[in-house]
Amino acid sequence: MNELIIWYGELTTPRRLTRRGLKFLGVGMLWILLFLVLPGLVLVAVSFATRGSYGQLEWSFTLENYKRLTGFSVFGWTADYMIILWRSVWVAFVTCLAAVILSYPLCFFICSRPERTRYLWLMLVVIPFWTNMVIRTYAWFLILAPEFPPARIAHFFGFLPPNTPLYPNAFAVYIGMVTIFLPFVALPLYSSVERLDWSLVEAAQDLYASRTRVFLQAILPQTMPGLSVGIILTFVPAMGMFVVPDLLGGAKYMLVGNLIEQQFGASRDWPFGAAVSMALMLLTMVSLYLYRRKHKEMQIV
Amino acid sequence: MATTKSTGLAVRGINKRFGPVNALKEISLDVQEGEFFTLLGPSGCGKTTLLRIIAGLELPDSGKVILGGQDITSLPATRRQVNTVFQSYALFPHLTIFDNVAFGLRARKFPKNEIEGRVGKRLEMLGLLDMAHRRPHQLSGGQQQRVALARALVNEPKVLLLDEPMSALDARLRAQVQVELRRLQRKLGQTFILVTHDQAEAMVVSDRIAVMNQGMIIQFGSPKDVYEQPRTRFVAEFLGAANLLKGRKKHHGLETDIGFLVLEREPKWENGTVAIRPERMHITEDPASVNSTRARVREAIYRGTDLDLWLDPGPLRVRTASNQHYEAGDEIWLELPSEALVILDE
Amino acid sequence: MRKLHPVISVLSMLTLAFLYVPLLAVAIFSVNATRYGLAWRGFTLNWYIKLFHNEVILNAAWNSLVLAVVSTLAATILGTALAIGIDRFPWTKKLGTTLDLLLHLPVVVPDIIFAAALVVAFGLLRMLSSFFEPGLLNMIIGHITFQVSFVALVVRSRLVGIGRDVEEAARDLFADTPYLLRKVMLPLLVPGIVAGAMLAFTLSLDDFVISFFTAGPDSVTLPLFIYAAVRRGVTPQIHALSTLVLMTTVILIIGMERFTRD
Repeated sequence: MNELIIWYGELTTPRRLTRRGLKFLGVGMLWILLFLVLPGLVLVAVSFATRGSYGQLEWSFTLENYKRLTGFSVFGWTADYMIILWRSVWVAFVTCLAAVILSYPLCFFICSRPERTRYLWLMLVVIPFWTNMVIRTYAWFLILAPEFPPARIAHFFGFLPPNTPLYPNAFAVYIGMVTIFLPFVALPLYSSVERLDWSLVEAAQDLYASRTRVFLQAILPQTMPGLSVGIILTFVPAMGMFVVPDLLGGAKYMLVGNLIEQQFGASRDWPFGAAVSMALMLLTMVSLYLYRRKHKEMQIV
Repeated sequence: MATTKSTGLAVRGINKRFGPVNALKEISLDVQEGEFFTLLGPSGCGKTTLLRIIAGLELPDSGKVILGGQDITSLPATRRQVNTVFQSYALFPHLTIFDNVAFGLRARKFPKNEIEGRVGKRLEMLGLLDMAHRRPHQLSGGQQQRVALARALVNEPKVLLLDEPMSALDARLRAQVQVELRRLQRKLGQTFILVTHDQAEAMVVSDRIAVMNQGMIIQFGSPKDVYEQPRTRFVAEFLGAANLLKGRKKHHGLETDIGFLVLEREPKWENGTVAIRPERMHITEDPASVNSTRARVREAIYRGTDLDLWLDPGPLRVRTASNQHYEAGDEIWLELPSEALVILDE
Repeated sequence: MRKLHPVISVLSMLTLAFLYVPLLAVAIFSVNATRYGLAWRGFTLNWYIKLFHNEVILNAAWNSLVLAVVSTLAATILGTALAIGIDRFPWTKKLGTTLDLLLHLPVVVPDIIFAAALVVAFGLLRMLSSFFEPGLLNMIIGHITFQVSFVALVVRSRLVGIGRDVEEAARDLFADTPYLLRKVMLPLLVPGIVAGAMLAFTLSLDDFVISFFTAGPDSVTLPLFIYAAVRRGVTPQIHALSTLVLMTTVILIIGMERFTRD
């Protein structure tokens, strides 16, 4: 290939250009291949390996880890792991829904602030977005402590024995998850709400009085771009979340993230941990796929 | 190649395809030194591609570009004595106006005092001295355009290329800038090649115009030539308004729907078209001896400087002074002088 | 803007309260004089002073800083080169899609899977070299890997914004490749590169999961320290530390905001 081409005003040959391009790509791509793609492939391989009696890896091909994940063992069938997987999806779904419901009013509120102070209000959403997850999670330890109203009210209604905190339990996990992910939905949604064409909303209000229809037919379609980014940013990481259920759910409300952590930590069962990771990866890909398909339809409508 | 003057620009047999699109077909042209040459055509006619080939920003599939007797077809843009004013101006947003203009000289490592002298001179010439230390985004569109011009001119290129440089300006400013550009080119005596789709602009500034359509040059000529002697229907209609009359050759004239018309020359075809500009037709009280027809005013449009009449039998259009009084329904005699009738090629 | 229904305003306030009351509680209890329990016993800055005498915490802060600075520097260089490499060369469509996919991988893959993959990979590499013992080096590698993508995506969007016009203009004005890179591309890219680096830095400080999986006993960072501490029980000193981390975040965000606004 010796023919000349002009690329961005430079007279060169395709070969020279390719060689220079590879120089730019080289180290970065090598890095990603070496420390992301390769480990990923190794993880796949390990999910088919066996745990030795001291926790070491034994390279004999087996489907045992996946069988165990679906609940089959020498002691018969149990739904434990499947429940954890399902629960992760469910928690992610509820988190998403709650975050969306809370984000809409918040975004409209920020947009209605005067120009000068609007970005200050926006900062109030940006700050939690960047604040460390561990801190934001354990902060609930204080609010849910036995001395404070939430725990006392729960006690009053008989949900809680006296002098016990309102954690660890499922309720605390949901609270923690929504706190973490709310800004993930609110920030992208805000950028859509900011650009909202109000004339369409007003036209809708003129045509039909129902608030639900105004929302569904005038506001929702217009804010879809931001909303969809927010949902993806929430749903996928929420499924794999580990800090929140670990601190606020404990053994009482385990999610798949905790299960994985357990295998790589205390149980030292890498092959099973790898298999659980594969299951989470599968869930991630399925939800991304479903979401994309659904989103395409939405764009047509 | 032999016909090329050693100082001008010559383009020989240029072809260029973009995938299935034949952007340029066998383009050849000569631009004399010191000439203001314009490539005029509708969007997508290939004029910008041709300009980019001359600039060295695009390679032709075949053909040659010759500058000052030297074949520069495979010379990179960096080494061509040609500079461009881009449609978007493409000013460097991070550099001051001074640094923008000095860019080409600095890239070629000119001595510092010479850079300052030359840049200062151009800035002064274009009235930009006061804003030398501002950045492009602080300037108005017209000022930015002058910076782009200064940035190219400071290099004293053998040919200056201008790619639709006025398209971002508003109409009033555009008219003023056109005259200034013309004056500047005269003063510098440099070769300018302008690309535009605006026929009025081409008329104002050019010594010579090449009218392009669908990757081909249809006609070369001075503004007066291409306006008054259009060769094809496309040229006649693209440059201003034209009445087109179809007819059949007969004796020394043409038999048309509005009657027999005497022509100055005999057409080469049997059946064909002649064109006449609306302002070249006369409205008369009584029928003239030849080339006269009766018409009725369908619509009279007052345009300030003149009055446009749309006539039946249509679609004939005549332009007259705006102090005349005609209104719809008026019957008039129309004279189509032989010398104003242009025989088109096809 | 239009008038809002009061319900919307009230709901928004409650939502913001929901986000901030826990953090506020942390800040308040960080200046509470009592060591145990949640009753108010008067104002003190004692816990903050004690922080600065705690070797372990100072060490963790140092680790966090080293981790963030080193990984950010490396990721910024790699990410910028990647962005230019992907955007500015005539790759075939197929290769372009593959590169794009690889670039988005760290953004889409849940961090816990990435962390697990690193544990396994480092575990195997350890058989080859002691280089890969859990510790700061492994953490740096892990952080760079996910930061690179974010930097590259930010820089690439800046590259797209710059467009090819200025490059052609520079060529037209006699600039060779080094001159073009030095005088046009680099200065124009700087805002994108700095924004990418800031993002990478914040991501590193913010990360818990990848650090948690790849850290060794000597490479505890602040989030890891706080996590381990709160599992044993919350103390005013941890509140003080968290408040400081929170304040650093706020300062970083304001800095970032200032920078990207101009």
